[in-house]
Amino acid sequence: MTAVGADQRQQLAYVATQAADARLNVEIETEGMTLNIGPQHPATHGTLRLVARLDGEQVVEAEPIMGYMHRGYEKLAEVRTYPQVTTLINRIDWLGSFANEVPFILAAEKLMEVEAPPRAQWIRTVLFELSRIANITLFLGDMAVQLGALTPVFMAFRDREFVLNQIEAATGGRFHPNFDRIGGLKDDLPKGWIDDTKQVMEKMRDFCDEFEELVLGNEIFEARTRGIGIVPADVGLSYGLSGANIRASGVDWDLRRDGHEALAYDQVDWKVWTHPDGDSFARYWVRLQETREATHIVDQLLDGLPSGPIMAKVPRIIKVPAGEAYAATENPLGEMGYYVVSKGDLVPFRVKIRSASFSNISITPWLLKGVYVPDIITILASLYFILGDIDR
Amino acid sequence: MTGAAVMSSLLAAEVPYWASTIIKLGVVALVIPTAALMLGYVFLMKMMSFMQSRLGPMEAGPYGTLQLLADGLKFLQKEDIFPAKADRTVFALAPLVVLVSTFLIYVVIPTGPDAVVAQLDVGIFYALAVSSLSVVGILMAGWASANKYALMGGLRAAGQLIAYELPLVLAVMGVVIQAGTLDLQKIVTAQAEGEIFGWGGIGNPFILTQFVGFFIFLVAVQAETTQPPFDMPVAESEIVGGYQVEYTGFRFLFFFMGEFGTAFAFAALAAVLFLGGWALPWGDLTHWGFNIAGPVILLVKVMAVSALIFWFRFTYPRLREDQLQRLAWKFLIPLSLVNIVVTGIFKVVL
Repeated sequence: MTAVGADQRQQLAYVATQAADARLNVEIETEGMTLNIGPQHPATHGTLRLVARLDGEQVVEAEPIMGYMHRGYEKLAEVRTYPQVTTLINRIDWLGSFANEVPFILAAEKLMEVEAPPRAQWIRTVLFELSRIANITLFLGDMAVQLGALTPVFMAFRDREFVLNQIEAATGGRFHPNFDRIGGLKDDLPKGWIDDTKQVMEKMRDFCDEFEELVLGNEIFEARTRGIGIVPADVGLSYGLSGANIRASGVDWDLRRDGHEALAYDQVDWKVWTHPDGDSFARYWVRLQETREATHIVDQLLDGLPSGPIMAKVPRIIKVPAGEAYAATENPLGEMGYYVVSKGDLVPFRVKIRSASFSNISITPWLLKGVYVPDIITILASLYFILGDIDR
Repeated sequence: MTGAAVMSSLLAAEVPYWASTIIKLGVVALVIPTAALMLGYVFLMKMMSFMQSRLGPMEAGPYGTLQLLADGLKFLQKEDIFPAKADRTVFALAPLVVLVSTFLIYVVIPTGPDAVVAQLDVGIFYALAVSSLSVVGILMAGWASANKYALMGGLRAAGQLIAYELPLVLAVMGVVIQAGTLDLQKIVTAQAEGEIFGWGGIGNPFILTQFVGFFIFLVAVQAETTQPPFDMPVAESEIVGGYQVEYTGFRFLFFFMGEFGTAFAFAALAAVLFLGGWALPWGDLTHWGFNIAGPVILLVKVMAVSALIFWFRFTYPRLREDQLQRLAWKFLIPLSLVNIVVTGIFKVVL
């Protein structure tokens, strides 16, 4: 073996650097741009981060990274008594807070084998639908602002305020009512609330009509959303999409009708809206129709509100017997469920929260392949997630 | 001695070249911030607020009139931040390039029989040429910021401005054919003294015959000034402000003034080309009084055009980049070519 001479070594080093340079150049030429959308970005309304590899303005692949707002509610719930947990879970989907409380309370009621009296169930359903309206109206404005139209979002905020006022009048909290109790509700409805709410529902129907013309009727909005982000029904189901996202793909599935929870939906006459297209336009359309349908549900519920107590007989100190229960409802964002495990203590042993947005955005890597950057925003906006609902 | 004589002697007075240059520079330099403030207050703050069922600024000055001044002062106090990897010279120069391009348009806009900074024989040609300079500044800003969002914004702006330069020029062609001149001053007089099929009651504002041209011009202006529905270069919800994303303080203020100053300049061009400019169809156009009344008349027309521009801005969602290009190349340019052909035929026949 001959020793490698100094010259030869130099030559080898030279070749190696040349090769490295060549590799680098090739990479610079062919590699697309990696764009970090978020965690601070106006379109992610919160702290979702989307790592998109771009070729020009076209997305090669996109990956959502979540957890920037993780607050550990499942763990925190293990050191809080059952009534205290509702304070936490108010803050999961902060736009429709009351709707978060209901499935948890229903799961706890299942374990305790109590049932809220009919009046409490009806008022629960009314407030549930009001939070749906408060939540979805904001979506209706927000989606437009994501597409660059500045005006609708202000109208949405303006009219949503009426609904929030009604929620506040009944529960005392605009955003975080913390009103639902195991076995019923904290209070009965205040005087005159029913008539006021009916007037507000009238206003919200006007709002829906206005938005159907203003946003859905806009040619540019249609051009931007039709055929963008198409979710076929089977793909959507396999990714666990729920709520309006899956109904916009033509799947006729709504937990309010198909679920087994003891809410008053079977007492009123209403319709589940679906759309066959599965694109961003369909998702917007379905949500708009659902908002209008929700106002009709509230009206009917208020007309037939039964009298009676609002609280079942529940011990003062709530100890939940050992067992496991799952309750899920059709929340504004989709299916929300709580799997509660109790060991017979004051506090739950384990609470697993199934939130809708977490599953809804899991489809983004599949959905964002090959779209343009502006369409990322359209698709994210139309999938409609709340960061608190993703990260919990 | 009447006021008329005083005025005409003042206007006719021989001022040294350097003095008149300084006066003209001062006037133009003053016009841009004033125009930006006016449009910003009237449309961005008040009209937009009223459309969105809110009041807008109400505290600074009577009815919030001084809000933009306060904002401007605030911008001046801000730290002048350069991004670490920015190309410092280019980054610093970019807002100036944008502002200078705006500045140059004002030079040829006539506001009275004598009240014009520079009366060029090829006025409209010059105005459209310098207005497209701003794309250089925007590209510089997008490139020098060393930011991916800014770069995307800059490239989008370049593609958009180049695409819309063509319909803008072609839309003006109809007016030029009708007036038979490129001189803005003569276009104004042609409208004031013109006749519609032999009836000269209101002159012949070219909007009546060139309504297609006016429409194309407005759409192209909307794209040139990167306002919704064509605001992809700055799209806040997508690329977070585009080429402006790294700018702070007075450099950002320059972009703001450039945006509104350009909107005002284009509205003034539209008023001159299609609405008769500073002139009214009645009275002697060479009368000295038009030097005083002209700016006011023009301002009224400019505000009317701006109202239209900003109305679109606050109403429509944003198009996508490919849809914008399709609109320009497949709809506006063919339409403007047809408009030119029809105008030419009428010019020959009538």
